[in-house]
Amino acid sequence: MSKVKLVAKVVSQKEIAKDIFDLVIYAKEIANMALPGQFVNLYTNDKSKLMPRPISICDINKDNGSLRLVYRRGNEITGTHELSMLKEGEEVTVMGSLGRGFPVEKAENKLVYLVGGGIGIPPMLYTGREINGKVKSFLGYGDFTFLIEDMKEVGEVKVATISGCEGYKGNCVELLKQKEKPELVFACGPKPMLKALVDYCNDNDIECYVSLEEKMACGIGACLGCVCQSKEVDHHSNVKNKRVCCDGPVFSSKEVEL
Amino acid sequence: MNLSVDLCGKLLKNPVLTASGTFGSGIEYSEFVDLSKLGAVVTKGVSYEPWKGNKVPRICETKSGMLNAIGLQNPGVEVFCKRDLPFLVEKKATIVVNVCGKSEEDYCRVVERLRDEPVDMLEINVSCPNVKEGGIAFGQDPSCLSHITEKVKKISKQPVIMKLSPNVANIVEMAKAAKKGGADGVSLINTLTGMSIDIDRQCFSLANKTGGLSGPCIFPIALRMVYEVSQNVDIPILAMGGAESYREVVAFLLAGARAVSIGTANFYNPTVTMEIIEDLKKYMIRHNIEDINNIIGKVKEI
Repeated sequence: MSKVKLVAKVVSQKEIAKDIFDLVIYAKEIANMALPGQFVNLYTNDKSKLMPRPISICDINKDNGSLRLVYRRGNEITGTHELSMLKEGEEVTVMGSLGRGFPVEKAENKLVYLVGGGIGIPPMLYTGREINGKVKSFLGYGDFTFLIEDMKEVGEVKVATISGCEGYKGNCVELLKQKEKPELVFACGPKPMLKALVDYCNDNDIECYVSLEEKMACGIGACLGCVCQSKEVDHHSNVKNKRVCCDGPVFSSKEVEL
Repeated sequence: MNLSVDLCGKLLKNPVLTASGTFGSGIEYSEFVDLSKLGAVVTKGVSYEPWKGNKVPRICETKSGMLNAIGLQNPGVEVFCKRDLPFLVEKKATIVVNVCGKSEEDYCRVVERLRDEPVDMLEINVSCPNVKEGGIAFGQDPSCLSHITEKVKKISKQPVIMKLSPNVANIVEMAKAAKKGGADGVSLINTLTGMSIDIDRQCFSLANKTGGLSGPCIFPIALRMVYEVSQNVDIPILAMGGAESYREVVAFLLAGARAVSIGTANFYNPTVTMEIIEDLKKYMIRHNIEDINNIIGKVKEI
């Protein structure tokens, strides 16, 4: 079975920036099989919140079987708000690993740019670790930063902030355009960022993969809640729709319309 | 101990089915569930042509429930017959195909196409609230409902269950209309039309504005409607609406349903159907029930 649902013990949780939480859980079976760019579903205890929360995998420690999940806490009525209160030793139900991640095998010996915007940055960390090529990261933020030191472990890091509080003032795609052209791009972040990036990559004939986000229910491809537009008729849906949860969340920029 | 029930002339292993639209065509859940152990798999709605469905966001969580406005996205009956049906046959599932359409002809073409396929039963969706021509007109007017039931029955080789909308003033009238048209059974309830507004962004939560409400929050409404129909119309009922454990299943059976479909609960517990079947057996032992049929319609006044 490639997906398991289990009760995981919380190793630690801390707020690493305003409303950005860094949660580490023991989930050995999931840690063993998870791939870069995949996500897990976390379940809240509040039974009036039915749906699991899809959260990208930030990092994996295969030695001790732990998963690191970095996510943004929503307002007080959200599931992530409840998750943010999990303490060391407590338990959380998790299902994973889910979705199709970044094709890191394509990165071998290439100059690869990892592009992350805001809460799209976390999945780029483990992705960077699994790349056997030259990695450069372009991280875009609003008015505060996080995970920069971690991202430095996988390669050179360039930072852009909209407020100008750190690094380049502006967005990370503008910054990236000023540098040498990569051979491959992996990205996760808000849609406008991904759109600008995909346009740049298409214009310059650069292979690009983007991780998309959409409201999900089942997380395993059954409910068809989380579709995105595909350029061609999809073999499964038989229409121009792909399922973000199981055909993605990572897609080639050539497959999808943003 | 006997868990098997008769639904429209077809003997099901047990009264636990999946609700259309919540179980794909079984493929996605086969990793979690032995499809042959279910009473039946009720497939996602199948139309003649492929349907693209609605714009996203299509999903919104609500308290103890969810709204969906998928818009009946499906690959069309040809792909369904070539890919999904053989899979279900191979898994030895009992197969109920949910049929959707935009016109009477549309429904009839799907039913015609399925005539000689290995399908055990049809569930005709005349109650999707999310597609303008998704059959809701047939599901909200008794004479339209009788008419389309009659047309479908003329063509179908399999027993026909009409899936009714709860978004009507009188569910009993609708069930009577289905029976008048010759339906072998009725399914109730489909989702209730609802809405959600995101107050931070001050916009609708769903691209479609409205969606179908499902999940535990609708169970009491579904139970009341099942009871009303069972009291007033002599027709087999497949119940659905918010069942997430054996408790709701038992309540539906006591209210008069022959079998129960599990819907939204699959989304948050992929193995829920298997758990319910096991828990039903325990309930029967606890209450000394030899045959599950002995509780159907047997609710007593307090």
